Amino acid sequence: MFEAIAFYLFAFLTISMFYITVTTNQALYALTALAAGMIFISVFFFILGADFLGAIQIIVYTGAVMALYAFGMMFFDTTRDVKEKQGNKFIIVGLSALSAVLVVLIFVAPIVSDNITALYPMTEGAGNTQEVGMVLFTKYLIPFEVAAVMLLVAMIAGIVLAGKKMDLSLTLMNDAQIRHIDEEKNKKVIS
Amino acid sequence: MEIGLSHYLVLSTILFAIGLVGVMKRKNLLLLFFSTEILLNSVNIAFAAISHYYGDLTGQMFAFFVIAIAASEVAVGLGLLIVWHKRHNTVDLDTMSTMRG
Repeated sequence: MFEAIAFYLFAFLTISMFYITVTTNQALYALTALAAGMIFISVFFFILGADFLGAIQIIVYTGAVMALYAFGMMFFDTTRDVKEKQGNKFIIVGLSALSAVLVVLIFVAPIVSDNITALYPMTEGAGNTQEVGMVLFTKYLIPFEVAAVMLLVAMIAGIVLAGKKMDLSLTLMNDAQIRHIDEEKNKKVIS
Repeated sequence: MEIGLSHYLVLSTILFAIGLVGVMKRKNLLLLFFSTEILLNSVNIAFAAISHYYGDLTGQMFAFFVIAIAASEVAVGLGLLIVWHKRHNTVDLDTMSTMRG
């Protein structure tokens, strides 16, 4: 009973938050609504018994990704209204619904044909975090390490891309000045 | 009333449709990234629900890796976006036509 109430309440909240994110004209409203929706999604993970995933959802999405977006938005002009594509709305909504149903069919197809068996079944008497640890560090150890290397590469890429020439603004200079900077850089590379 | 697997899959469908509408509708690249996050999250819900109703931890593992990929995508994408905004003073999708695509 309480599960049903929680599910419907948070489903409604999540859908409305994400609806605000895709329809609003203000980038700041979109950011705030998205952060709220991320926290509401973690509720489903807690209902489903995936406690560790729910905690990761809050820490990574709301703590890291949203903070990164918030800091990134300081570089952009967010007070300006966002322009929208003027297309046929029915085509957009129809195509989206169709592809979403297709994605769910991909998930459902192996369940309907009923040949699904638990590859790594949940062990009795162990908490969710313990189970996750056991599977992650035995069966999924190599993907885990590859993900770690990928995050390191992404961190270095972010630093190199965003941290370059932080002291001067390329939009306030004219083309001749930018070319001058590029030539100096090339000279350094050649010499 | 019992909440079954189909409830979660319907919720996941709705969120995925909302994200796809955002991807097709938005012109600002930053808000396009927001819609991508919605897509990834909706699939995560489906993974966690199937993992719970079939007693299998593989779904949760995939959700972890999806979260890791989303985090690195944001770091690289936001860096590229900042570089583009420094050069052209806009993050509009229609202005990115230097390759005449």
